[in-house]
Amino acid sequence: MDAELKPALIEYCIALGDDSVILGHRLSEWCRNGPFLEEDLALTNVSLDFIGRARMLYSHAAELEGAGRSEDDIAYLRDCREYRNLLIHELPNGDFAFTMARQFMIDVYDMAFFTELMQSQEPTLAAIAAKAVKESRYHLRRSEDWIKRLGDGTEVSHERVQAAFNQLWGYVNEMFSVSEQEQLLIDAGVAVDRSALQQNWHTAVQAVMLEATLETPDEDWTISGGREGIHTEHLGYLLAEMQFLQRAYPGQKW
Amino acid sequence: MDSLQASFDEKIANEQRIEPKDWMPDAFRKTVLRQMSQHAHSEVIGMQPEGNWITRAPTLHRKVILLAKIQDEGGHGLYLYSAAETLGTSREEMVQALHDGKAKYASIFNYPALTWADIGMIGWLVDGAAIVNQVSLQRTSYGPYSRAMIRICKEESFHQRQGYEATMVLARGSAEQKAMAQDALDRWWWPALMMFGPHDTDSAHTGQSMKWKLKRESNDVLRQRFVDQTVPQAEFIGLKIPDPELRWNEDRGSYDFGPIDWDEFMRVIAGDGPCNRQRLAHHVRAQQDGQWVRDAMHAYETKRQAREVA
Repeated sequence: MDAELKPALIEYCIALGDDSVILGHRLSEWCRNGPFLEEDLALTNVSLDFIGRARMLYSHAAELEGAGRSEDDIAYLRDCREYRNLLIHELPNGDFAFTMARQFMIDVYDMAFFTELMQSQEPTLAAIAAKAVKESRYHLRRSEDWIKRLGDGTEVSHERVQAAFNQLWGYVNEMFSVSEQEQLLIDAGVAVDRSALQQNWHTAVQAVMLEATLETPDEDWTISGGREGIHTEHLGYLLAEMQFLQRAYPGQKW
Repeated sequence: MDSLQASFDEKIANEQRIEPKDWMPDAFRKTVLRQMSQHAHSEVIGMQPEGNWITRAPTLHRKVILLAKIQDEGGHGLYLYSAAETLGTSREEMVQALHDGKAKYASIFNYPALTWADIGMIGWLVDGAAIVNQVSLQRTSYGPYSRAMIRICKEESFHQRQGYEATMVLARGSAEQKAMAQDALDRWWWPALMMFGPHDTDSAHTGQSMKWKLKRESNDVLRQRFVDQTVPQAEFIGLKIPDPELRWNEDRGSYDFGPIDWDEFMRVIAGDGPCNRQRLAHHVRAQQDGQWVRDAMHAYETKRQAREVA
């Protein structure tokens, strides 16, 4: 690969790692709070997959960079403006319907994204993608089932999950908008052209929503900025909590 | 004596396991259920103090270990609830008894996890004490409980090792980290000793449970075993057990240790420990918050089945 692309590739791995670590963190907040024990364990499983994915991506970024940073330096020693995750990942969990609607939207996206990334010219990214696809296939099976159960369950669950989709819809566009730097990597066959995934995403999501008796949100408002480090106000609190020990006791081994 | 009782007694005498379909005295059934449901509740309530540090775990590696460990505990809870259901009481009934204050869980989980060092300490001391008890219970006379213990012990010993390892890292770290570890040991040591329950002379259930071979070794025997294995581990990493009377007794080949504050134990058992109210309220709240989710799941299932029939 072109050496000039290396900084962009490092950024790319970190951004994907940020998506994973932030969602993994949010899901881990469900541990001991789930609606029943089996689901508590399942949510923890999914959380573990995302954190594991982040570790692989960060480690790869650190290795490419060769500057002595570790996965933990990347996760714990960057502030809000340096985080690059898509905004949808950082939103507070809300109720179970919100968490599951978000999860479903992300799972559909991840399945398509990582399936494409398996074709990356960068072998490590392709290998990470292959593992991610296996996990996301399972995640999607779960979240899709939950959307159907909640949408076509009771009146209360229907209203809650519909409200969740309505609130989340403004975060969809960002998932498919490509930055200039990313375009260079796409041209080199390293990165995935996310804009090309949008149509299939909508088709897949809407098919499940239809079966779940849910309506596609009628929402014009959209927001983006995560990949440029312009986040929601929620991320700062998440990082303050997550990074507490590393910040309070700098440079220690744990 | 009737033949059912005689056959039960013979099985116990011959070290055979009592299985769910076997006849058993009501008092036996009640005792096993009390013990197993208490054990299941302990696993589940125990998720709370550790869960308190998931979002603040200091590294991704530690976060993953902690999450996986708490997931194991929840899994043990599930497994134990299922094993206890073989006695004819549902999980819902057991949870209701917990919420009504009729069923207990291990008193240790009513102490707060204040610093990261507490997470290591819970693994090292709490899981360490639990294993001593559970290894002994692998030979308990109720079959499903015995098998659950055999399975659970494997994972618990991993938990204990990772807790000790996490504590070791702190004990060998900066002065602040070492102080954090020592402070955690100071706070968790005595509650860990209390986990084994009252002295044999004061234990309400020990006598009958030993006769039924539900309990294989007494509280004091198990507690002593725990002290004897843990003191050298503390010395090895340079932490001090907070007991001025602790010393090696050459004649007994064991450590002598100071008096346990049974008033504190009774207070915590009675529901007035530092976190009893918080732990129970949390469990009740999660249960209530999840009600609409469970309702939706059942409603969907009913609709789905109706569609299949149609």
